[in-house]
Amino acid sequence: MVNIDISALPHARPRHYGRWFGATVLLVVLGYIGWAFAVGNIDWNTVREYLFNPRVLRGVAMTIVLSVISMVVGVLIGTLTAIGRTSANPVISAAAAFYTWLFRGAPILLQLLMWYNLALIFPIIGIPGVWEAPTVAVMTPFAAALIAFSLHEGAYTSEVIRSGLLAIDVGQHEAAKSIGMGYALTFRRIVLPQALRVVIPPLGNEFIGLLKMSSLASVVGFLELTGTAQDIYYVNTKIMEMLFVAAVWYLVIVSLFSMLQLWVERRVSRGISSGVKSC
Amino acid sequence: MLSTRRELPIVRAHQVGKWFSNFQALSGVTLDVLPGEVVCIVGPSGSGKTTFLRCINQLERIDAGSLYLDGELVGYRVEGGVVHRLSEHEIARQRRATGMVFQRFNLFPHMTALENVIEGPVHVLRRTREESVAEAQALLDRVGMELKAGSYPAQLSGGQQQRVAIARALAMHPKLMLFDEPTSALDAELVGEVLTVMRDLAATGMTMVVVTHELNFAREVADKVVFMAEGKVVEVGTPREVLDRPSEPRTRAFLSAVLSGNTEAAA
Repeated sequence: MVNIDISALPHARPRHYGRWFGATVLLVVLGYIGWAFAVGNIDWNTVREYLFNPRVLRGVAMTIVLSVISMVVGVLIGTLTAIGRTSANPVISAAAAFYTWLFRGAPILLQLLMWYNLALIFPIIGIPGVWEAPTVAVMTPFAAALIAFSLHEGAYTSEVIRSGLLAIDVGQHEAAKSIGMGYALTFRRIVLPQALRVVIPPLGNEFIGLLKMSSLASVVGFLELTGTAQDIYYVNTKIMEMLFVAAVWYLVIVSLFSMLQLWVERRVSRGISSGVKSC
Repeated sequence: MLSTRRELPIVRAHQVGKWFSNFQALSGVTLDVLPGEVVCIVGPSGSGKTTFLRCINQLERIDAGSLYLDGELVGYRVEGGVVHRLSEHEIARQRRATGMVFQRFNLFPHMTALENVIEGPVHVLRRTREESVAEAQALLDRVGMELKAGSYPAQLSGGQQQRVAIARALAMHPKLMLFDEPTSALDAELVGEVLTVMRDLAATGMTMVVVTHELNFAREVADKVVFMAEGKVVEVGTPREVLDRPSEPRTRAFLSAVLSGNTEAAA
């Protein structure tokens, strides 16, 4: 044993053979795929031409509108359901559990088709004596998609929000009670702001899933992004080109909302470890 | 000395009982707390002292006997010989007579020290923000935390958090302050700063019920020391009576175990 000082000696640079190998393989594979698309039967001019086509842009807008409204309604339903699940009232908690079970259990495609064809069971809807209308007139493709996605998201987000509510320490509830707060005030001022911090990342994940799931609305004839792309290629037969246009827009939308999520996460993590700014 | 006071007690517990399913946490607890009194409750862990404290501000509901807070029956209303439970709203109102300081501080982590203190005054008492902030700053000054008003709990030491928690409770103008082992979660060198704040508070005439293991604090500050074991009040008296010349063998066993630094044997 020699009393050396390792800081006084030169250090050999670590060699990352694995990384070099991995990067090389990746580049070769990507290069091949890129080459295949470049020389393949794709008309890139058509892609460029349709990227900002008014119909495509309208499809982009419809995808965002449908997803955002469904998510907002879904989160509201999900919050109420999550509160209902933790309720001491057995009727409320059972109803909330039943709702989650039902709308999480059935495939979303099936739910979409059922809402769209609701007229087969309820030809007329409304409140008897107050307002009534034939179901086919009310249940437009947009309405059917909105209802189906909202209820579906409500069921999924209720579980996310419930986990957020359960993550709050019982001491927080007791501290709120000790300064005279009732249930509603405790929920709004103490529990919800802390639960939000926990649930924003999984809710962001839910929303990104919903953005892409909204393409299913094309089966009931709602012209969102995917439906619009299909509508166009049925006529001009540029199938792969139109799918490319749609793919580019989905990636753009998802990227924008991911950035929005990061910003929101930073906003709600006030006071907690990584979110602390110097005071 | 205790019997010379003639005011109505702030807390009157008469034969209070409390069960957690089959476990009897409190049995026959009888105790009066007079205005301005500092009552320290000591005893081994599991003796029911924290449970009793939590019954006073209704974080727990009593099952037997009766408990009066500032002259009002706590948690129940008796009408025509029938007992009715109070509504959540009425319970919240009764609770406002008390302020509570928890072992684990329980500050709201998403609010600064100042925001923690004004939360109750602004949202429960519905007072103006300016008025509440001014008073909160005075309270933070009183607990020596005026320079940390803008800090979040995660940026404060345990002792600092507990001092903010005391200010938060005081901001509601309670008639009675409850302390549940306020220094038990603190590193040894931080205990003193919290006890100093509590000592100052006692000197202002605040009525306090303190569950504690700090026997020196009890000896110095308490008007009345209560020794509890196995859900019962074993002995009540002045600090000298209970801590220096205990009459019950159970109290003597606990004190000798605590003095030899072995609280486990006492339990």
